[in-house]
Amino acid sequence: MLGFLKRPVVVTADINLNVVVLTAVGLLSRLWQLAYPRAVVFDEVYYGQYISFYMKRIFFLDGSGPPFGHMLLALGGYLGGFDGNFLWNRIGAEYSSNVPVWSLRLLPALTGALLVPMAYQILLELGFSHCTATGAALLMLIENALITQSRLMLLESVLIFFNLLAVLSYLKFSNSQKQRPFSLSWWFWLTLTGVACSCAVGVKYVGVCTYLLVLAVAGVHAWHLIGDRTLSHVRVLCHLLARAAALLVVPALMYLLFFYVHLILVYRSGPHDQIMSSAFQASLEGGLARITQGQPLEVAYGSQVTLKNVFGKPVPCWLHSHQSTYPMIYENGRGSSHQQQVTCYPFKDVNNWWIVKDPGRHQLVVSNPPRPVRHGDVVQLVHGMTTRFLNTHDVAAPLSPHSQEVSCYVDYNISMPSQNLWRLDIVNRESDTEVWKTILSEVRLVHVNTSAVLKWRMLTVRSDDSEHKYSSSPLDWITLDTSIAYWLHPRTSAQIHLLGNVVIWASASLATLVYALLFLWYLLRRRRSIHDLPEDSWLRWVLAGALCAGGWAVNYLPFFLMEKTLFLYHYLPALTFQILLLPVVLQHISDHLCRPPLLRSLFSGLVVAWYSCACHVFNTLRPLTYGDRSLSPSELKALRWKDSWDILIRKS
Amino acid sequence: MPPAVGRGPAGSELRPRRGRCGPQLTRAVGPDVAAELTARSPKRPARGSRRFEAAGRWALLALVTLLSFATRFHRLDEPPHICWDETHFGKMGSYYINRTFFFDVHPPLGKMLIGLAGYLSGYDGTFLFQKPGDKYEHHNYMGMRGFCAFLGSLLVPFAYLTVLELSKSLPAALLTAALLTFDTGCLTLSQYILLDPILMFFIMAAMLSMVKYNSCADRPFSAPWWFWLSLTGINLAGALGVKFVGLFIILQVGWNTISDLWHLFGDLSLSVVTVGKHLTARILCLIVLPLTLYTATYAVHFMVLNKSGPGDGFFSSAFQARLSGNNLHNASIPEHLAYGSVITVKNLRMAIGYLHSHRHLYPEGVGARQQQVTTYLHKDYNNLWIIKKHNTNADPLDPSFPVEFVRHGDIIRLEHKETSRNLHSHYHEAPLTRKHYQVTGYGINGTGDSNDFWRIEVVNRKFGNRIKVLRSRIRLIHLVTGCVLGSSGKVLPKWGWEQLEVTCTPYLKETLNSIWNVEDHINPKLPNISLDVLQPTFPEILLESHMVMIRGNNGLKPKDNEFTSKPWHWPINYQGLRFSGINDTDFRVYLLGNPVVWWLNLLSIALYLLLGSIMAVAVQRGARLPAEVEGLSQVLLQGGGQLLLGWMLHYFPFFLMGRILYFHHYFPAMLFSSMLTGILWDTLLQLCAWSLASSSLARGIYAVGLLSLLLGTAYSFYLFHPLAYGMVGPLAQDPRSPMAGLRWLESWDF
Repeated sequence: MLGFLKRPVVVTADINLNVVVLTAVGLLSRLWQLAYPRAVVFDEVYYGQYISFYMKRIFFLDGSGPPFGHMLLALGGYLGGFDGNFLWNRIGAEYSSNVPVWSLRLLPALTGALLVPMAYQILLELGFSHCTATGAALLMLIENALITQSRLMLLESVLIFFNLLAVLSYLKFSNSQKQRPFSLSWWFWLTLTGVACSCAVGVKYVGVCTYLLVLAVAGVHAWHLIGDRTLSHVRVLCHLLARAAALLVVPALMYLLFFYVHLILVYRSGPHDQIMSSAFQASLEGGLARITQGQPLEVAYGSQVTLKNVFGKPVPCWLHSHQSTYPMIYENGRGSSHQQQVTCYPFKDVNNWWIVKDPGRHQLVVSNPPRPVRHGDVVQLVHGMTTRFLNTHDVAAPLSPHSQEVSCYVDYNISMPSQNLWRLDIVNRESDTEVWKTILSEVRLVHVNTSAVLKWRMLTVRSDDSEHKYSSSPLDWITLDTSIAYWLHPRTSAQIHLLGNVVIWASASLATLVYALLFLWYLLRRRRSIHDLPEDSWLRWVLAGALCAGGWAVNYLPFFLMEKTLFLYHYLPALTFQILLLPVVLQHISDHLCRPPLLRSLFSGLVVAWYSCACHVFNTLRPLTYGDRSLSPSELKALRWKDSWDILIRKS
Repeated sequence: MPPAVGRGPAGSELRPRRGRCGPQLTRAVGPDVAAELTARSPKRPARGSRRFEAAGRWALLALVTLLSFATRFHRLDEPPHICWDETHFGKMGSYYINRTFFFDVHPPLGKMLIGLAGYLSGYDGTFLFQKPGDKYEHHNYMGMRGFCAFLGSLLVPFAYLTVLELSKSLPAALLTAALLTFDTGCLTLSQYILLDPILMFFIMAAMLSMVKYNSCADRPFSAPWWFWLSLTGINLAGALGVKFVGLFIILQVGWNTISDLWHLFGDLSLSVVTVGKHLTARILCLIVLPLTLYTATYAVHFMVLNKSGPGDGFFSSAFQARLSGNNLHNASIPEHLAYGSVITVKNLRMAIGYLHSHRHLYPEGVGARQQQVTTYLHKDYNNLWIIKKHNTNADPLDPSFPVEFVRHGDIIRLEHKETSRNLHSHYHEAPLTRKHYQVTGYGINGTGDSNDFWRIEVVNRKFGNRIKVLRSRIRLIHLVTGCVLGSSGKVLPKWGWEQLEVTCTPYLKETLNSIWNVEDHINPKLPNISLDVLQPTFPEILLESHMVMIRGNNGLKPKDNEFTSKPWHWPINYQGLRFSGINDTDFRVYLLGNPVVWWLNLLSIALYLLLGSIMAVAVQRGARLPAEVEGLSQVLLQGGGQLLLGWMLHYFPFFLMGRILYFHHYFPAMLFSSMLTGILWDTLLQLCAWSLASSSLARGIYAVGLLSLLLGTAYSFYLFHPLAYGMVGPLAQDPRSPMAGLRWLESWDF
């Protein structure tokens, strides 16, 4: 009972000082002067507006990605007490005093700093030595592009953090698989893998690439597990189910959770409402709900209505008409009816109002009691402002010659009678006598005379953003042939540039190439039963390659297929994986290719020299990374190592 | 006679032996199981009746071929007017007969073969092929249609033989043949002057020869081995030579070859030298041979087409000099540019064209309402510009002035010859590329403002040098805004006549889009030189035409208001293509797969994935399968796997393509899917029969199942055949229509 009294209470703490020191220097490098510059830097102008929306609880949906990353940034604003009052309109604008710059930038900086110890951990879990692992962490520490990107209110470092976390926790999981499956830590790491994957996807959709990679590796491991005949069928099934739950079900649920939380947080109406359906808008506070409050649910004859296109592409818009008429002759020579134009207009406007009229009666007012309009009824639509009837006839539409033109009928007293009867077709009806309901009903208007379906289409303005002053192509990234000017001091020539550490950049690419060649060589030799490597180091070599070289490939190659505007920072997730591979290759060369001790010490010396070189480059580019020091024009010119680097030099 | 059956009786004697030691079975299973496998088939007769069986096989093949030809050639001449894309490919066939140069996004082989077929059948190339619906009248079009139908008919026996080789099961092969014969889609696509039957012919022939060659793997370097290997290579060249989609079958053969070599390499009983020989043989037959043939088709293409035609403007100036009838052919023009010269300016990027302007203004709301400046691919008087000095408006051609050459770095004005407006730019956004400036034609009779001034620069040259026609790569820099004249390559909407946008880009990145050269040059005061020195070499022509084709393919983007077919529509047979006719009085042909066949295919893929993974997991778990099932699972996993790979390779890449897609792009994948269906159902039925031990019952189930599949497809073909053979009368909504009640999906519009 009282056994614990017989022995002293001992707390043994295993503290890996390496990790502690690496974390500390990581934090130092990322957090140093974090609130400087107190001005909007590059894409902060983009993310900032969403943070303000969160602070003000105004609804928005960023078309470019899921909301989790924005939410994390907003968390920083929330903790710093940001009220959301700042106009995010210009890069370089000074922050007003109510913007807690430090806490807004804190989260990306923390995640960026944690990359350093995580790189160390990953290589340890991959089975490499402490020396190699420390090397990887030190490389991560002095990569200028990673520092720049994580010190600002941007999402790349958060994405990279979750990418690496997914890989790290999967490795921890698969290592504990060998010893104690179904233990607590086994479950913890397995679940964390799934959670980290979903977080990565939740920050940016590119996170899917790493998720798929982890899934693929997990799939291969699971396949080996199926082949393990020492395990019983039931046990194999348990293993598979646990993996499916953690790696497929958990991420899916998490992903839904992000959106759920997002919608809870932003409950007020705002400028982005219109991309959602009317029913959704009605649920927002101060949105359509305010307008529709107290408005009748059922549409009756005489009701005034606006008709919104359900499809909502390319932009949601309302059926609209105005005084102008179609031109007599189009530019391509086709004729028109020269009647009043009917268009779809993406903004709320008085010209969007139409009155539902019963063709058999003459009044436009609602009778008492109101007669609801039902599915299948024949109605006329009267444009409120011009009191003309919605009409269509067998004249080709302006842009789609195969469709009929829709107009508002102007009586020119010519032999073209008005054809303005429309049959109401409620698409989502439950019964055939369903009443036309505001917001809820999706209706089609079928023209009675010609049975054409009213299809309205807007003149689309093709937006083309594939070119930007600092946009680049994926091929430029490998050779670092591009840079992005993030910020320039309003008076001095202090500036922040997204620029990588060229030494690391070049040697990482080289290491990937060396890895690929060596891997192919060993593979071919093994096929001929020549085993250069012992089995365990071969397996380590393969797994390291699958995760690091594979991680690079899946985060890089898909960009060749993308048609959106690409920037150098899109390469950073791929680069981190490449950096992890670099020390792996170095250690391999030292262990297996430099057999004589002399050669090995020579190689170590070379590695040290190379690392000091990287440090030197880091130090030289530091003013552009932190933007803390104003450089003279000649110094700036000296830094312009490549013609394609767009370093800003003030003329004065 | 198709190559697959052209081996003579000796080949058929070999077949049973090959069946026993087919590599895919021996490799994985070992000879004992394979031997059991031979015993499993209830149809395998005793030794004495082998001759009889061989005859039966030949008869069956002949029957399948005959049926295929009969369905494809039935009512081939109807309708006697142009259907759908015949307007393109027929026209291109005519171009070969007339030897006029044209440009198309596809490689030349398919159209050359169509042209050849037309030529041999007595078509004289005089029909214009203007638009679908035009009557052929007295022109002989049956030769071209017959050629396509001939190749299309061969698909069925090819599929039959492929499945037979993969599964060693006659019923499976028969089922595949029935599916393809009775598919209205394949039938329709084979009956017209199109590239698809030719493409599918080469794809299937490559697949068949690959499978045959795999079966020869136990006798490497024997005559049949070489024969099938090189035939594979030839067919690959054919497939790629017809359409770039042929790349997918190349990938499939490549994958097969790599895994094959990987096995050989791992076989330690083979010396490295032997493996090296294997490797060399494959490089020779599968890379060198196809490349040579592919290049040869281009050589023929350029040799035949030696007259100037509608495709000239797509190609560089130097290229055009070799076409007779082109104004650059045997031409001689002044060498150096001088003030007063009348010139055409061509963009260096391929398939962009000439700097062009015309008497139409930019529409309201698109920058300033001034005259449009575009690039245009065809030769036209509106491409002519006059070089003038920026500060005087005097006519430099006045004989009293001395000739003054334009030099690198000069400030010039370009006056449009037809409209006398100056090339002009200003701070208005360009119509499509919003970040660039608009380029317009401005001024009256050459008098404009300072926004008409451009600095002419030669890339990589010193200031003060003269500017050479054709050779100098020039940039035009707008003096006031500092931007560079370029073409974005984007197609303007209807108001711009679908010509390409010209902009002035403020980003000074050096791209080919903003580099131009002077092509035509007229200046009576200067002496002319001959252009023959510019003739490009054959590799240059080859490279250039590929660049133009790739750009052309990427340029086939769906327009804004056009209905586009999505890849996911295809396997579910969501919507067809109208080949001919719309209204109820027209003769209507509608390209749509036989829904019974297609939906069966879709179901089979799902079933295959299910069954395949069950079997794979069972094997991985080390389950001891009975020999019977073991053999079936081998066929399913190995043979079926190859077909599944083929289906995926011919289908999934379309999801990544940005260009406009059509329903008929799915048909190569559909061939593979039908073969998979054949193997799958044969295996399934055999498994069912096996699990019910009683042999008479088992055989009964097997026979009934197979017969019902065969008859079901045949009956569905009877129902849907008007789609392919043409229908007149009311549309399908009408109960009097021949298709009444058959419009199973709303989206089918026949």
